Parts: sequence; structure tokens; C-alpha cells
Amino acid sequence: MRTLKLVAVSAGLSVPSSTRLLADRLAQSVRSRLVERADERATDTDVQVRVVELRELAVQIANHLVTGFPAPALGEAIEAVTEADGLIAVTPVFTASYSGLFKSFFDLIEPDALAGKPVLIAATGGTARHSLVLEHALRPLFAYLRALVVPTAVYAASEDWGGTGDALTDTLPVRIERAGGELAGLMTGGGVGAGRAVEADGLVPAARIA
Amino acid sequence: MQFGIFTVGDVTTDPTTGRTPTEHERIKATVAIALKAEEVGLDVFATGEHHNPPFVPSSPTTLLGHIAARTENLILSTSTTLITTNDPVKIAEDYAVLQHLAEGRVDLMMGRGNTGPVYPWFGKDIRHGIPLAIENYALLHKLWREDVVDWEGKFRTPLQSFTATPRPLDGVPPFVWHGSIRSTEIAEQAAYYGDGFFHNNIFWPMSHTRKMVELYRERYAHYGHGTPEQAIVGLGGQVFMRKNSQDAIAEFRPYFDNAPVYGHGPSLEDFTEQTPLTVGSPQEVIERTLGFREAVGDYQRQLFLMDHAGLPLQTVLEQLDILGEEVVPVLRKEFARLRPAGVPETAPLHPAVTARTKEA
Repeated sequence: MRTLKLVAVSAGLSVPSSTRLLADRLAQSVRSRLVERADERATDTDVQVRVVELRELAVQIANHLVTGFPAPALGEAIEAVTEADGLIAVTPVFTASYSGLFKSFFDLIEPDALAGKPVLIAATGGTARHSLVLEHALRPLFAYLRALVVPTAVYAASEDWGGTGDALTDTLPVRIERAGGELAGLMTGGGVGAGRAVEADGLVPAARIA
Repeated sequence: MQFGIFTVGDVTTDPTTGRTPTEHERIKATVAIALKAEEVGLDVFATGEHHNPPFVPSSPTTLLGHIAARTENLILSTSTTLITTNDPVKIAEDYAVLQHLAEGRVDLMMGRGNTGPVYPWFGKDIRHGIPLAIENYALLHKLWREDVVDWEGKFRTPLQSFTATPRPLDGVPPFVWHGSIRSTEIAEQAAYYGDGFFHNNIFWPMSHTRKMVELYRERYAHYGHGTPEQAIVGLGGQVFMRKNSQDAIAEFRPYFDNAPVYGHGPSLEDFTEQTPLTVGSPQEVIERTLGFREAVGDYQRQLFLMDHAGLPLQTVLEQLDILGEEVVPVLRKEFARLRPAGVPETAPLHPAVTARTKEA
């Protein structure tokens, strides 16, 4: 039996939190893709999912910054993150970037501990105007840590929870599925999957009407 | 087992009175604390070395030389001697002189120093901390053991036909400890030379201390100096005691809450649970310290930090009375009773010290 450990870090602060909701949706997506892959390959795989809620560790995170060592629950969370086969990192957007709590948590992780680890980054916000925070703040953070960040980063604005997407954007469920498949692919030694097929003349085939 | 105290040498405001001692007062207080350590029967006094405010001990051998002249039995040590930014030639000479003046009552602990700007002030780079510690100690080790040294390294002017003077007392160099909290390279270095390894665990959970000591013990045996159990281990610790636990907690809390090194983070209760800090009765300190032995095995030196958090001198002296009268005698008996045959009782002593102990 092979065990794959998937850890989702959520920096959401309210209860319930849309950041946590997104983390759970992503974890569910990755898990089902991992199970599918295991079935395809007829391998006996157990997927363990764990969500780390930074809200519950907020004081311990601040204390670690001050004292230089983690209290037991935080130490255990850090260990879970560094030992995971795949990591989902979700933050609310605060003041044009990841939240301070999110950054403080990752500041406490040894610089080499995430090297080569498959990571899916995601964020929530009140408006879609902040979505590039993922590309301009989170992706460089994990690039610095030499993590392997999947191409699809998932941003959920308030409107996405009831949205149908638009001509240029897939709906939130489609993006969650795509990102989940990419992380599952990296966790099982596959690739992140091919993009949409493009014809030789550069035309993207449209979806069939019927 | 050797019991003693180590001081950082910080000038810290007493939060209960708002009064900050002068540097002069702090230096004199340090001497008074060392003399008290001898008076109450402790074995070791160790001073830190710092080259930035708010610390005063920039010249450890001056301080230790003065204390040597005013004590008979106390072993004078350091916590730590900066092997990175000091010239190893000067360390060899300074501590050899101290060793002669103190009739062999000297050992020292190597450390790297973690304050970035101190390195450039001494022409060094903190990013070379480990290579500096390795190279400089290799030279120091040689200077104390070979009369004439030809040497060339990366960090210092080469030496041709150099003799460090004076030679160590009776040709026996001071025993050396290597202090490190997280760097496995330093545990490896201590093991390689068969020197002591000191884990200053005062801000660390015991689980981490255990891992570092285990690594050192295993490597000590690997290099053929003895069994893992025979490796020479020292630990730190910090305590505040009163007859009744509740009195100790009430009196120490304002110091804890405001001290630069403890304050404004975890509560006193969390901190005492997660680190060796023990605030309570002498019996609680005894039990906690015996617990260290459970974690790392029989060890040879226990140093307590007593003059911390801005405590006034009078309080520190009272604490030393309690430590010397009520805690250490019990610990000595217990550690001796529990220690298996073949495990060294203390770090190696200078023959001059051993000879005097036999006479007495």
C-alpha cells in the first residue's frame, strides 16, 4: 500500500471562511484525481488529506518568530507540510498580497524544506481585480523556495462562487479541476497534462455545438 | 558532574523598578556573582563574549583573570569564545596566560556568534561562520600542541616558525567544549577532536537537544574516542526559585514578561513547559534537571543561567545560595548514584587541578 500525503494550508481568518472552502475544494479535486490515477494503474494507494488552519496557530506562529522554536502543535504542522507529497497553499488577499499570517508561517519553514515539492497555489478575494497576486506574489515566494508550482493557480473572487465564467475565463469548478489534475500529476510522477490542442494554423477548435 | 553558572553579560533594565545598571555596575556584579558561585560550592563560572551593547564582556580573559586571583577552586570557562571573529593565535596566547595564572582552572567553549554585524567589524563574514570555526579551531588546536607551527589557511595570514607563548601549563592545553544549538557541523567537530559538546538548550525543546547530543555521541564513538556514553556533554538551563512555587512565579513573572529574550511572546507557563526554564521550588529544579539526564544520558556539566532578565544583583546572589545549598548537593548525589561505571564524572581536569584535589 502506497500512501500519498496531501496537505492544504489555509490562511483564512473567518469561520466559515471562503479560503478554507477553496482549500477543501482543491484538496477534494486532487484527492479524486489521485484515486483515479491509482485505479488506472491498478495500484493500491491511500490518500491522506490534512488541512492546516493557520488561524488556530496564529499565536504560536507569532511566538515562534519571537522565541525561535515552535510550540508542539505548530511544530507538528510544519512537519506535516515539509513531509507532504503535495501541498496546497491558500491565502486571502490582504493589501495587494498574501496575508501576513500566511507569509509568517512560510517564513518559519526551512528554506530548503520545500525544494522540489509539488505545490498548488490559490487565493481568495472580494474582487477578481486582485487575481494576479497569485502570479506576482505567491508564485515568486514558492519559486524562491524552489518548490514545483503547478501552472494553474486558482483565484476565487466573491462572484466566482456563483459565476459561470466568461469568454476568457473558465468557471471556478473547471479551474479547480484543472489545477487538481496538475497537482495530482506531479505527485504521481506524471506531468501536468497538455493544454488545449491547437491546429497547425493556430486556430483553437471551438466546442461543438451539437 | 560539574555544576556551575554561565552569564551572558547583558545590561538589562529591571522592569520592576525601571532602573538600568551602569556598565561598571554590571561588570562588578558579574565578579560578585562569580565569587558567590565559589562560596556556595559550585564548580564552574563561564562568561559570554560580546562586542556590542547592551553587553559588557568583550574581554573575557581580563574578567576571568581577575576572578582567578580571587578564587581557589572555581573552574573558569567561557560561554562562548568567538572562534570565528577572534584570531586563533590570540586565543591560544590569552587562554594560556590565564591557565598559568589560574593554576590550570581553565577550560573554554567555542562558539560562532550569531550577530551579523560583529563579523564585518572584525573583518569577517557571517556566511563563512562554519568554515571559520573549523579552520580557526584547527589552528588553535595545533598552536597548543606543537611548539613550532608552520601553517597556512584561507582566513588568516600564514605562519612560519611561529611559537605561541606561553606554552600551556605543564604542556597540557585547556579542555575545549564546542557549543552549538543547531549546527550539526559543530557537533561533528567536537566529536572529531574528542572535545566536549555543549548544547545551550535554554531556548529549545528537549527533543531537539536530545537529537543534537545523540548525533555528537554517535560521532564521538565513530572517531574512536570511546563509547557514545563516554562522550563529554554539557547542557544549559535557567531557573528562578523560591521556597514556594507560587512565590517564585509571582516574583519572576514581571521579569519574564519584559525581558528582551523572553518577553512579549509565549506566556511564562508555555515557556517553562517547552524549554528548560524552571520557575518554582528547589525540588522542582532538582526534578527538572534530573529529567535532562533522562533525555540525553549521563552528562558531565550543567550550567545554569541565573543573572537573566534584569534581576537585581541581590536577588541573583540569593538564587545562588539556594542553588548551592538546596539544589546542587542533591543533584550531585543523584547523578553520582545513577552514573554507570565507565562514564566520566566530569570533563577532563588539568593535571595541576587534579593534583591539588588529591592533596586536599
